Amino acid sequence: MSFDPYAATRETTEGTVYSVTGGDWDSLVSEIGEAKEERIIVNMGPQHPSTHGVLRLVLELEGETVTEVRPGIGYLHTGIEKNMEYRSWTQGTTFATRMDYLSPIFNETAYCLAIEKLLGITNDIPERASIIRVLMMELNRISSHMVALGTGALELGAMGPMFFAFREREAVLDTFEAITGLRMNMAYVRPGGVQQDLPAGMTQRLRILVQELRKNFKDNERLLVGNTIWMKRTEGIGYLDLAGCTTLGITGPVLRSTGLPWDLRKMQPYCGYENYEFDVITADTCDVYGRFLIRMAELEQSLRIIEQAITKLVATEGQPVMVADKKIAWPAQLALGADGLGNSLDHIREIMGSSMESLIHHFKLVTEGFRVPAGQAYAAVESPRGELAAHLVSDGGTKPYRVHFREPSFNNLQSTSAMSEGGMVADIIGAVASIDPVMGGVDR
Amino acid sequence: MSEAQEGMFGVSGTGDTSGYGGLVRTVTNPGSTERPYGGYFDQVADDLERAYPDFADAITKVVVDRGELTLHIKKERLVEVAKTLRDKLLFEMCMGVSGVHYPERAGCELVAVYPLLSMTKNQRVRLEVCTSEVDPHIPSLVEVYGGNNWHERETFDMFGIIFDGHPGLTRILMPDDWDGHPQRKDYPLGGIAVEYKGATTPAPQNRRSYK
Repeated sequence: MSFDPYAATRETTEGTVYSVTGGDWDSLVSEIGEAKEERIIVNMGPQHPSTHGVLRLVLELEGETVTEVRPGIGYLHTGIEKNMEYRSWTQGTTFATRMDYLSPIFNETAYCLAIEKLLGITNDIPERASIIRVLMMELNRISSHMVALGTGALELGAMGPMFFAFREREAVLDTFEAITGLRMNMAYVRPGGVQQDLPAGMTQRLRILVQELRKNFKDNERLLVGNTIWMKRTEGIGYLDLAGCTTLGITGPVLRSTGLPWDLRKMQPYCGYENYEFDVITADTCDVYGRFLIRMAELEQSLRIIEQAITKLVATEGQPVMVADKKIAWPAQLALGADGLGNSLDHIREIMGSSMESLIHHFKLVTEGFRVPAGQAYAAVESPRGELAAHLVSDGGTKPYRVHFREPSFNNLQSTSAMSEGGMVADIIGAVASIDPVMGGVDR
Repeated sequence: MSEAQEGMFGVSGTGDTSGYGGLVRTVTNPGSTERPYGGYFDQVADDLERAYPDFADAITKVVVDRGELTLHIKKERLVEVAKTLRDKLLFEMCMGVSGVHYPERAGCELVAVYPLLSMTKNQRVRLEVCTSEVDPHIPSLVEVYGGNNWHERETFDMFGIIFDGHPGLTRILMPDDWDGHPQRKDYPLGGIAVEYKGATTPAPQNRRSYK
């Protein structure tokens, strides 16, 4: 056996370890063929392109059959929860938004709902702020599902859906940029409301967006729904029934693929979801194809909610988007200037030129923040991946005492083993893609 | 439950000249709640009392605060109570476990919080268990709620709470050879001071900040 620069081997106490770096597979295959044991352990990831970010899967294989899967996580751990204990309650949104980077609005909303529960101002949030939150969450659900569908299809070998999915996602992200100034990680939802009102003409733009999205979604539908190859790769794959889901605490599309219509938007409404008409989509196949169909159909439901939100936005034009209590509400909103979104010049003129009291108020609230009465609260929202909840503990200070996020990705990723063991190696990819884990959320 | 906090700023001994250094602020946490609890909470408590005769002994405190029901449980009874809640009261899902560290609560420094969900009845309840830093053991709930596997590993990793009976209690987010448990209050945030044009901004944990 000659030295192979692409597939070097070394002997360890655990047996021979092959490091494959590309290139010559023939020599590797012939070498493995000489091994006495059938059982092979393969490290998939953390840099494997189809593991949704830095996920490591330790696979035990017998031939092409998977006998054991052990997911290894933690490669993207950034200590967000710990960091938030050192910042004010408002600054925390900037951290929370960065956890699950595909659904920033949901992170912010869960965090802010928990703060509002602690403050006891849940019912004081202006109606328009809640409508904007719902609008943003549903737009975000679309952009997140688009990545799930696009990358999921790409990982199973279909290139086309990715192009369509990212075209739709771009349209949504552009809208985010127009509303918040940022495409991702917007820190737009703030304790007490939202950062600022929608810019002028946004409702019209949203109507056009909804029309375009509704038309464009058909492209992916035509490509994948009922496609023989796609169904062969997804039907009966990654099976997890209702008992498995409840045992493992699984929520979101994976749970709904077992036929249980559990959606927090319907069951435990927040942000006024009880005032919107929409359907909870389920499937009864418990497999990857079912989850795919659920995500596809949820896009249309999100559009329905957005349309209703637009009507409500028109009706509440000019109403406040931040709680009336000036001891909590952020003193200034941003304004669009010639050089982009930035400080409101009117506000600066007021605090620097005309009102000393305004300056003091601004300074106190921005540097010190507000105090939150001691206690704990748990607020959950239905994120694209399942129940996303914030558990906050306050000691009565200006900073959280403890922030914990119940991340659906983190929880649901546990089911990889249950979904994949006994199946083929190639089907792991489909199973993981159907869970749609985002490693930023898993590791926080 | 009251605790006192001294001073107004986060860091002591930095020459706080604001005059607020001598301020003593009392923090009052929501205490034990008397019946009626309101909402479905009375029903949950009644059902649990009926299904679990040792209720009075196992549950040290019932707190209803901000529309949420919290049952404080003696740690050695945790598994029994959880099993009863799951099998008899249909709280079929546990949404994980969240640790909290209260260094000033002697003998009860480390707290584990379990949010339970009943999809059948659309209800939520929270369990709380505490243990001491010296003997940080809490029975594992993995045999009752399998999904708590990773959550308990995370809480072990971050707080050093040892969940007895867990099938493989190893670190999950931090590297295996890491020292200490990062989310304990005595563990520093870390970070380095930043210098810009000669002026230095201290790392977040060393900044003078409001309490």
